[in-house]
Amino acid sequence: MSALGIDALSAILLIPIGTAALLALLPGYWVTARLNVVATLATLVAALSLFFSERSAPGHYLLVDDLNIVFVALNTFVGFTTSVFSASYIAHELETGRLTPTYLRFYHAMYQILMFAMNLALTANNIGLMWVAIELATLTTVLMVGIYRTHEALEAAWKYFILGSVGIALALFGTILVYLAARPVVGEGQDAMLWTVLIDRVARFDPALLNVAFVFLLLGYGTKVGLVPLHAWLPDAHAEGPTPISAVLSGLLLNVALYAILRFKMLLAANTRAIAPGPLMVALGLISVVFAAFMLYRRRDIKRMFAYSSIEHMGIIAFAFGMGGPLANFAGLLHMTMHSLTKSAIFFTVGHISQVKGSQKMADINGLTETHPALGWTLVVGVFAISGLPPLGIFMSEFLVVSSTFARQPLLAITLVLGLLVAFGALLLRLNGLAFGEPTGSTAPAKASYVPMYAHLGLVLAAGLYLPPPLVAWFQHVASLLG
Amino acid sequence: MDGLVFDIAHLFAGGLVLVSFMMLYQDRLYALLNIFALHAIVLALSVGWQAYIQGAPHLYITTAIALLFKGIVIPVALHRIIQRLGIHREIETVVGIGMTMLAGIGLVALSMVVMLRVTADADRLAREDVALALSVVLLGLLMMVTRRNAVSQVVGFMSLENGLILAATGAKGMPLVVEISVAFSVLIAFIVIGIFLFRIRERFDTVDIHALDRFQGDRG
Repeated sequence: MSALGIDALSAILLIPIGTAALLALLPGYWVTARLNVVATLATLVAALSLFFSERSAPGHYLLVDDLNIVFVALNTFVGFTTSVFSASYIAHELETGRLTPTYLRFYHAMYQILMFAMNLALTANNIGLMWVAIELATLTTVLMVGIYRTHEALEAAWKYFILGSVGIALALFGTILVYLAARPVVGEGQDAMLWTVLIDRVARFDPALLNVAFVFLLLGYGTKVGLVPLHAWLPDAHAEGPTPISAVLSGLLLNVALYAILRFKMLLAANTRAIAPGPLMVALGLISVVFAAFMLYRRRDIKRMFAYSSIEHMGIIAFAFGMGGPLANFAGLLHMTMHSLTKSAIFFTVGHISQVKGSQKMADINGLTETHPALGWTLVVGVFAISGLPPLGIFMSEFLVVSSTFARQPLLAITLVLGLLVAFGALLLRLNGLAFGEPTGSTAPAKASYVPMYAHLGLVLAAGLYLPPPLVAWFQHVASLLG
Repeated sequence: MDGLVFDIAHLFAGGLVLVSFMMLYQDRLYALLNIFALHAIVLALSVGWQAYIQGAPHLYITTAIALLFKGIVIPVALHRIIQRLGIHREIETVVGIGMTMLAGIGLVALSMVVMLRVTADADRLAREDVALALSVVLLGLLMMVTRRNAVSQVVGFMSLENGLILAATGAKGMPLVVEISVAFSVLIAFIVIGIFLFRIRERFDTVDIHALDRFQGDRG
């Protein structure tokens, strides 16, 4: 029944926004942390039911199609596991006094608003609405990055705010240009901003205007993806904010911004007279991979290091989607999923580690497998996964990206492999000290929630060993949509 | 009549670019705020004219917000903040005024060349408006990178946002987004003024971003 589809769709938006209002009012840690978890779980259930319910016709504001349903499912799943991690993380922050009860209320409300904004951005059918949702997501994360109100946190939040706003401003300009291109064909008003209308009739749009629009949109949303040279905010924001936010930023918000770029890439691809959008994305992606790989060597802060690793992986994903074609798109989708799961698992682990050791500097964190075996070995598995070792999922997706590129552009593939190897070396070098060095720092037992990390890494391992055929079929279908 | 309609719209949009240039060479915060108020008023005139010629009454809301909020409330509030923080001294710019102006001229030329070429098919009014709006946006960006002071960066951002509104209103019949983008500029202004400046003030005795720059990249 179509009513069910609408219900599930509005549920993934209404549950977070309703809970946010509730969380802003309720005092106390015990209730709010649990409410946060329950709400994200309910959102996840609603998102999964989208797969099974019959879809209604796309409306003026919202849309569910085969492409965004993948993003929504990933978004709500990682949102749920992060809220579980967040509950134990925040408990520790309250004990140590880094967060006061007022800020706790604020934090939880913001977490739900962020989930709402991301879901809205993913399901928006109106490109203006999508822009608004991404701006809302940016603003909430700015506030959360600055929540500790330390010197560094404020500077990181300020930098993020300034660069993020510039990016979002460029994206709005691009959105206006798309409207201008659509107006002569579609006519004035609402319809000229509807994604479903645009993609149907884009073939007759003015190609020159579309080209300029895409450049603005790529630079604007690309700032939010963290593509080099627009990445300057990303390491600071990851390092100084609460760790659950680092996990959500890396695992989800970057994907949401990339999703926006993909939508517009599809528009350009459907207009034969416009420039091919792929090479631009390939160039930015490749620069990001190589740059981030070399930057990994000089890191001293553990969260900052994994932030650079996120830049590298977003580069790989942008590269894969830029190459296009069924195989590269498939690899890009798979890599995006694997990266979200792995990177958020790493941030969960790192969050507990830095709490236990009381520091984020890698010099203070050594010999984890001896002092905290469970956390240490999880970190080892996580870093193995993120650096692309078999049999974990990222190996498979990276292998697909590289092999599909080799067949078409050997030179690009060689550069990409070089970047991957450099990053691999940096990560293993650091991991050696972190996990197996001479033990330093506190040996106090960690009060960690292991379930989210194990769940994520378990999924990554499972995907590396065996991808269920329905999932493969679904991804192949989406990859063919992306063109 | 059509010629006059076009000329007046052109006059206001061009005036906005001129005022953007005026903001570039201000070296005192109070003067900068006054010019920003002027910027907002010119924007209000331009949007009001668009509302009139397009017969789009909802644009009058945008006009009112630009006039009252950006033209009066924000400048007055920022005045107060500057007074309370005692930072009404000169603005340190990263690059000299002369270079900034030259770069500004280059950016305007760039946006004219790019936008006029690609919008050849669009109607004349939208075409000029979008090209001028892009100039305002780029000048706002230029201001943000050439200033170190948090207040003037915010002013730069708001002038950039004014350029976006000019573009959005110039695109005839663009739905929804006008109101929403205005609401967001209000929200941004609130966030910036309310939270960042006060927090920065609370923690450090300066609103100069450069003084916050003690840690660059990693801390060892």
